[in-house]
Amino acid sequence: MTWTLLLQHLANGVALGFVFGLVAIGYTLVYGVVKLVNFAHGDIFMMASFFVYYGIVLFSFPWWFSFVCAIFLTALLGISIEKVAYKPLRDAPRISSLCSAIGMSFLLENFATVVFGGRQKPFYQPQILSKTLDIGGVRIQLVTVVTILVSVAALLFLNYLVYRTRMGLAMRALAHDFDTARLMGINVDRTITFTFAVGSSLAAISAIFWALRYPQIWPFMGVFPGWRAFTAAIIGGIGSIKGAMTGGFLIGMISIMLVAFLPDLAGYRDAFIFMMLVLVLLFKPTGLFGEA
Amino acid sequence: MLEVKDLHVSYGAIKALKGISFRVEKGSIVTLIGSNGAGKTTTLKAICGLVKVKSGQITLDGDDITNKPTNEIVSRKITMVPEGRRIFPNLTVYENLLVGAYQRKDKEGIKQDMEWAFSLFPRLKERINQKGGTLSGGEQQMLAIARALMSRPDLLMLDEPSLGLAPIIVEELFMVIEKIHQEGKTILLIEQNAYAALNIADYGYVLETGQIALHGPGKQLLGNERVKQAYLGG
Ligand SMILES: Nc1ncnc2c1ncn2[C@@H]1O[C@H](COP(=O)(O)OP(=O)(O)O)[C@@H](O)[C@H]1O
Ligand SMILES: [Mg+2]
Repeated sequence: MTWTLLLQHLANGVALGFVFGLVAIGYTLVYGVVKLVNFAHGDIFMMASFFVYYGIVLFSFPWWFSFVCAIFLTALLGISIEKVAYKPLRDAPRISSLCSAIGMSFLLENFATVVFGGRQKPFYQPQILSKTLDIGGVRIQLVTVVTILVSVAALLFLNYLVYRTRMGLAMRALAHDFDTARLMGINVDRTITFTFAVGSSLAAISAIFWALRYPQIWPFMGVFPGWRAFTAAIIGGIGSIKGAMTGGFLIGMISIMLVAFLPDLAGYRDAFIFMMLVLVLLFKPTGLFGEA
Repeated sequence: MLEVKDLHVSYGAIKALKGISFRVEKGSIVTLIGSNGAGKTTTLKAICGLVKVKSGQITLDGDDITNKPTNEIVSRKITMVPEGRRIFPNLTVYENLLVGAYQRKDKEGIKQDMEWAFSLFPRLKERINQKGGTLSGGEQQMLAIARALMSRPDLLMLDEPSLGLAPIIVEELFMVIEKIHQEGKTILLIEQNAYAALNIADYGYVLETGQIALHGPGKQLLGNERVKQAYLGG
């Protein structure tokens, strides 16, 4: 193993870490605000890649425009799911909305199978992104660099949103106490809508980068990335953005490094990930950055 | 002026309010006293739209505000300091105050009101960047009141602000409440500490198991035999 190769793996690990991290943030934001594990989040991720696909195949949009449209459509999808499947159950026992989330996940997977077809479809690879950069012998795909740059931008924007804007203040107030947030004059429905929109857009961004890296899309493609990202959110401490990102990094790194250093064990990747989950929870039941 | 007429509220089969009526005149301090479980908190929550009114009517200056969403009630300049303070422990003192001003856009006015709040509660200013959760009980109550004032309300409703606080802090608190009243706010005060509440109130109502048992000017209720027996320790 040479230094250059190690650096290449590191860059890939960081990029994949961002992809998981952005999905994990979707779980963590929604959980933080409405205390619901949105089990349909991985399938929202899947839908985003199909939005891109049909934007290009059906409407002949330029790829970048298709990406942008998909992000908006995915936000709308997230908002609609909340309105239809979660909002009516907001005052019901927690288990009801949990069941509804699982049902929504199956619904999306089956909907996609019926409407899009169960067979894998090729995801469009823009020429320009498949270029390989050579930085002093370290060969990095341009898409890896772009993944990292766009993710950093998305994170900075999210940080601004949550910690510097009125809407972010409302989200943080709501995360703690619905009734008191209402007493402050906060429009709870609108804030929750916004939360789902943000989480779903981030899922769309990571779905695009995921599909650029693994260019086959199909109705169940969101299942494992979804579970891994959910695990990332739990490892980091659900409700914590910093935690979701850290968990995402750990899982991205493990995934890449396992393939690089212990290729024989790469098939047990998920076993390693869940083992890490168990270990973290044993020592810190609230996750790395979670509060009791 | 706030007027409540024949208000009924239930939690499932439990009838918490069984037809209560009262009024709060503009510029007055009105108090609602009663023992635990009498329905005091439920009354305030009903006014704020946090619990559903089954029947009866709540009007503000003649407009029906029964069962309106809470954010609409707040925009009509009614605000409540909830029982148990309920400050946001994860937000700083400054952010707690900003949330209080959530519906306002006038930056200058918000700044002025924050200065006013700090003049009422100087200790909050010293702790401006501390998380709400790190404050003492008394400081949290001050923060809860200051936060409520940040919406620039006409009517301030306080739910048992003295609960669990040391007597010296309670005394300080009641002085501030009077000061806020003198600055032109109408106040609806809920208390189990009947003596302190009736002492500063223009008018008082005694709530017993969801009904108004007695009412009258504050000083008059202080002298009432029944009130003395039940709420003032004989
Ligand atoms: N969320 C609730 N669910 C069921 N019953 C409640 C609820 N809140 C209050 N109650 C009942 O309603 C009655 C009035 O309660 P409350 O308004 O909190 O009284 P107070 O504030 O005077 O102590 C009590 O009998 C109480 O047990
Ligand atoms: Mg009460």
